[in-house]
Amino acid sequence: MAALIRRDLRLSIRQKQDLLNPLLFFVMVVALFPLGVSPEASFLSEAGAGILWVGALLATMLSLDHLFRFDFEDGTLEQIALQPQPLFLLVLAKTLAHWLVTGLPLVVLTPLLGMMLFLDGNSVAVLCLTLLIGTPVLSLIGSVGAALTVGLRAGGVLLSLLVIPLYIPVLIFGTGTVMAAGSGADVSGHLALMAAMLVLATMLAPLAAAAALKISLSTS
Amino acid sequence: MWQFFHKLGSPKWFYGIAGRFMPWLLAVGLLLSLAGIIWGLGFAPAERYQANSYRIIYIHVPTAFLAQSVYMMIAVAGVITLVWKMKLADVFVRAAAPVGVVLTLLALFTGAVWGKPTWGAYWVWDARLTSMLILLFLYIGIIGLGFAYSDEKAAAKAVAVLSIVGVVNIPIIKYSVEWWNTLHQPATFKLTEKPAMVPEMWVPLLMVVLGTYLLFGWIAFYRMQTEILRREHRTRWVRDLVQAGGQSQLKSGGA
Amino acid sequence: MAFESFSDFIAMGDHGLYVWTCYGVFFLLCGLLAWMSVFERRQVVRAQRFQQQFQSSPQGAADSGNQAGEASFQRIQTSHNEPASKP
Repeated sequence: MAALIRRDLRLSIRQKQDLLNPLLFFVMVVALFPLGVSPEASFLSEAGAGILWVGALLATMLSLDHLFRFDFEDGTLEQIALQPQPLFLLVLAKTLAHWLVTGLPLVVLTPLLGMMLFLDGNSVAVLCLTLLIGTPVLSLIGSVGAALTVGLRAGGVLLSLLVIPLYIPVLIFGTGTVMAAGSGADVSGHLALMAAMLVLATMLAPLAAAAALKISLSTS
Repeated sequence: MWQFFHKLGSPKWFYGIAGRFMPWLLAVGLLLSLAGIIWGLGFAPAERYQANSYRIIYIHVPTAFLAQSVYMMIAVAGVITLVWKMKLADVFVRAAAPVGVVLTLLALFTGAVWGKPTWGAYWVWDARLTSMLILLFLYIGIIGLGFAYSDEKAAAKAVAVLSIVGVVNIPIIKYSVEWWNTLHQPATFKLTEKPAMVPEMWVPLLMVVLGTYLLFGWIAFYRMQTEILRREHRTRWVRDLVQAGGQSQLKSGGA
Repeated sequence: MAFESFSDFIAMGDHGLYVWTCYGVFFLLCGLLAWMSVFERRQVVRAQRFQQQFQSSPQGAADSGNQAGEASFQRIQTSHNEPASKP
């Protein structure tokens, strides 16, 4: 399993495109809001948490396709599925590797972008925390959608349709936590809830994704 | 009892049984719902705060209830597909998903129009409305995914996985009015308590709810029959049936 | 009756537009759904009848004993089967 993670990481680093695309997209989306809506600090500091969360969500969604597609197309996915280890562990490994190269960099960039959106230090801290907990959830949920659509021709569009309904609660909780922190409330409860989502997703999503991969592989 | 499950493996048996139940489902369903609606529209007393706009409840609650129930049924059918690989379960999902879309759309629309005079807004992004919107997307996703797969068996399994994953949304819808301070009012019918409305108001509501469940049964059976005709078109009994006109009732009883 | 007169019923105390729009859309969409389902059924039946005509006409007498197509098992008469219908 560790080997799989290492392999995926190495592959991603070689194809720097895939590393940079979601990050660039994230930055661009966030930059568009001050330009397109309003550069006023009053607006940006209020909407900042939401803008960053939506940007992270969209960037993650964009990158989901790579999770399985390249391996599917060159046949490696079938080899992976034939391994003696349970498929869900291997899916978890791939998803972890995926998050390390897409989600984690987003979280690292967030403080910088948060400053640009006039968010105060406390809000940025809480925002980073919610994204730290939330982006893995997005990757995990996304892995199920990616696994369901990897064998399909029109997979990309359908993938977004499938994962959006499941992303919305995560988004709402994520931004809600930051809003609560902004108004001074204690957010440990909110964060605990998000952590619970992460635990649930870690336990269930790989199982669903593994089942979906078997289905997709059976049709190819 | 196990005989029943064995029989469920036979599309022809199901077709026959469905055909026999359908007239009753349609008749009683129509009777109950129309009677309930007429009672609710014309005879139930006016509500204290909302005067007469509350009468929308007689179609809003049944459609919303049913939209969630149908999703649960689809999810259960998904489990049956994955565990027991029963074809009929997938036939149900194909038949019911579009009905679910219509129900959710109606619930959202009637809710929005009701919201205007009551809350002053057509739409608010509160937990219940948002999660009903999510439900709509889930239904559309189920239909889309089913069409995207060309292999029927794989499609059935993929849709099953999706519907099971989406089930997390149902408790969110159901309990959203309790967990968050939402604009939407709490449930009218609880299993353990008496409703907060007077009987003249909730009895017709119950009638419409039950009536629409029966009507759903009717349309689900009807659409399942059509799907069975599609899938089993090579079999002798379907060819004969189609020649005779494709009726819902099997002449020979179907057992 | 909860209303004094029929025009009161239609007006619904100022909320008539909302109430009747809802009920109207409700019946419209339900009707549409029912009609679409019946339409699909008719389409399927019509398509299959056409297919069958197309398949059985060149075959003629030689094939009339085996209308079930690919499956070539002989249907064995048991008490649970309906007797095979004569073409």
